[in-house]
Amino acid sequence: MTETNTTLTLKAKDFKGKVDPDWCPGCGDFGVLSGLQRAVAELGIQPHEILAISGIGCSSNLPGFFKSYGMHTLHGRSLPHASGAKLANHEMTVIATGGDGDGYGIGGNHFTHTARRNLNILYMVMDNQIYGLTTGQISPTSELGMKTKSTPHGSVELPINPIASAITNGATWVARGYTGNIKQLVSLIKAGIEHNGFAILDVFSPCVTFNKVNTYQFFKPRVQPLEDIEHDSSDWKQAMEKAMVWGDVIHTGVFFQNHSRLTLEEQEPVLDEGGPLAYRELGLDGEQTERIVSRMM
Amino acid sequence: MTGFDYVISIGGAAGQGIATPGNILARLFARRGVHMYAYNAYQSIIRGGHSFLTVRCSDREIRTHGDVIDLMICLNQDTMNRHLEHLGPGTSVIYNSDTIEPGEAAEGVQLCPMPVGELAGKGANKLMQNTVAISVACQLIGIEFSALEDVLDFQFSAKGEELVAANVDVARMAYDHSAANFQPAAQQAPEPSAPLAVWAGNQAFAMAAAAAGVKFYCAYPMSPSTGILHWMAANARELGIMVRQVEDEISVICMTVGAAHAGCRSMCATSGGGFALMTEGVGEAGMMEVPIVIVNVQRAGPSTGVPTKTEQGDLWQVLGASQGDFPKLILAPSSPLDAFQTIPEVFNLADKYQLPAIIISDLLISDETSTINPELLDLHPVIDRGELITEAGDEADNYERYKFTDSGISPRALPGIPGYEHVVASDEHMPSGVLISDEFTHPHKRRAMMEKRQRKMDGLLADLPPPAIVGNPDAEVTLVAWGSTAGVIQEAIEQLAAAGVVANHLHFKWIVPFHADEAVELLSSCKRTILIENNYSGLFHRYLRGETGFTVDGHIRKYDGEPFKPHHIVAAVQEQLDGDETLSVPYEEIIV
Repeated sequence: MTETNTTLTLKAKDFKGKVDPDWCPGCGDFGVLSGLQRAVAELGIQPHEILAISGIGCSSNLPGFFKSYGMHTLHGRSLPHASGAKLANHEMTVIATGGDGDGYGIGGNHFTHTARRNLNILYMVMDNQIYGLTTGQISPTSELGMKTKSTPHGSVELPINPIASAITNGATWVARGYTGNIKQLVSLIKAGIEHNGFAILDVFSPCVTFNKVNTYQFFKPRVQPLEDIEHDSSDWKQAMEKAMVWGDVIHTGVFFQNHSRLTLEEQEPVLDEGGPLAYRELGLDGEQTERIVSRMM
Repeated sequence: MTGFDYVISIGGAAGQGIATPGNILARLFARRGVHMYAYNAYQSIIRGGHSFLTVRCSDREIRTHGDVIDLMICLNQDTMNRHLEHLGPGTSVIYNSDTIEPGEAAEGVQLCPMPVGELAGKGANKLMQNTVAISVACQLIGIEFSALEDVLDFQFSAKGEELVAANVDVARMAYDHSAANFQPAAQQAPEPSAPLAVWAGNQAFAMAAAAAGVKFYCAYPMSPSTGILHWMAANARELGIMVRQVEDEISVICMTVGAAHAGCRSMCATSGGGFALMTEGVGEAGMMEVPIVIVNVQRAGPSTGVPTKTEQGDLWQVLGASQGDFPKLILAPSSPLDAFQTIPEVFNLADKYQLPAIIISDLLISDETSTINPELLDLHPVIDRGELITEAGDEADNYERYKFTDSGISPRALPGIPGYEHVVASDEHMPSGVLISDEFTHPHKRRAMMEKRQRKMDGLLADLPPPAIVGNPDAEVTLVAWGSTAGVIQEAIEQLAAAGVVANHLHFKWIVPFHADEAVELLSSCKRTILIENNYSGLFHRYLRGETGFTVDGHIRKYDGEPFKPHHIVAAVQEQLDGDETLSVPYEEIIV
């Protein structure tokens, strides 16, 4: 891979994509995008070193508004694309993004298994508890009783708890942010990128058009950063306890982190030497082919 | 036909160790330089059921398990009861006389009862009867004991010298018992010549991909494609290939696309059910212009179908995989060797034209075990990745991932290069990669991008060899087919010739894009055409008619899960030549 000779000091605006976001005015996703741009600028990462990979939905349009390499994939499939790409080029910073329907609904199977695989990827879910791009139906994180176009009499299905799920599935860094607290969000994104392992950051990103329940007014009095209270994020039990809190108080911040587990990349000897697979020379050598054929004789 | 051509069938329940005698025989013949082709009729069961392995060996190359059984080894009573009726004069039946009652044999069938308990000793491992049977088989066809001893040593040495010695002792006694009590077979194995290699069909797919430089392989286990995963996993570390088993086939295809976009040559394989789950990803690779190779190993469908049986039933699933109209490459190799020799070219074409390539196999090809001349195993094929940008150059900062070009091919920059940042999207996009699906769905831009993508198909078609007729150009009948039936058709043509019928063979490997003009010309030149396929409704004929407007004269179809045997085709061709019949469905004699 070609490297730049000098590392440029970039600012958040240098990570502006080819087009401007087309989200509704007031959408929480603006905060996530600008938080990401600030975070990578502050970390000194260059655009060509990042692969931003999303699924489908309002929030999954993010890679188009962000300067880096990107893949805007299929609905629910950001994580397997990100996993394949990361294994092909493990030197890149891979950031998967999407919404709650994309990640916890149609992509739920991948959410479970990517967490237990522990690849070094940051997964940011812009959680607005609604399907926005399809004009307002319940999502896997919609609260009980939520009335939408598809549930005119109120939802009777228990919402998923992304934080608790991620912890039990084996994610090694689990946090929640809120677009109403950009300072915290930027520090969480930075920590999530720097974490060596699968980091999941669920971000409350209100949908101002279709979710009239979980609004900025709803979150403002409730959110409580874990860094403001006593919390040991290395303690699994404490993390699960905090993850289950939902009511007058809802925690944000880092719930859980485990720095001792090896990543998939670290456990895969194929990646030990020779740099990213994507840039290696192709073809077999004489010794390899001889061994293959001799085993067939 | 002259020369050595001998068929050994081994029947037993799953779990009785039918694979071991099969492997021993395969290696025995291969080391001797005798060609071998094995077909296993089995069920989706780990213990029980009825498995019937047919190992045909010959002094010439063979591509089918043949028509007859010369020697049957019964590992259980069920085998005796089911198949004794298929044996004719000059054949032999080996069985454990302690546990198996002989049936009513036809005249001229030699029954070879073996007192396994007496030979192996009371309380001996039940699997000893397999060694006894193999040893008798060797003795009957004149393979010297030392050759068997070598292979027993190879087979069991990993489990300890004691087991090798026990097996060799029992084999020795069985060999002597056979020599003293039974008539040798009329056909005797040829003298040893240059050794051959043994491979399974799926291994050919995996090896070819490794040789072509695949660096990422991903799968979810599904019969009959799993052999590819097993070979890849066993060789991954030595060959530097990232091999992953993941949660489902949706993840499989998405990881494959992700790895391919990042720059690896990437492949995945599955069977029809898994391919159904992958289909959205196939179109995504088409839209994003990411080169991937997918192998669909067909089994008898629909739905879960008959997981251990063969069929050519997925053609239209593959043709129609994914929504929308996009460039793709579809082919159906005709044998493991054909697959092995073609797959590197498939990777080159997928890279050159930046599209998904789908290789259609089936259980018959993927599951077979056969000998192969090791000199044909070229593991250093030409690798051409096409217009790939792997380091920064002049285009930096003005780079357009989907630049309009005459060929439709836009140079592809791998992620990681400074100045070439871009987003690939499953949405329709402009040359820059910016979407045209959300804010403005500009019809002119959409049309231009559709045409850019589809132009690639013109170049691709020109790169594919046109179909050709094999055999006598003046034949009275042309057997038309695709995929795995090539081997059995070739042998049927030989048998037809012996019966005075001149037939030739038009076999289609490259399916999309399709050389329609050349196909029409060839088909129109034939006196009579009969299309042979392993499905119910003539799936390939419907495709052929759609592409060419040509309707064949007759059909031979089989959809009972078992492959064609040469005599099925011979009888059907004769039936159609002699009468008004235009559709023949051969009857399967071997019931498993």
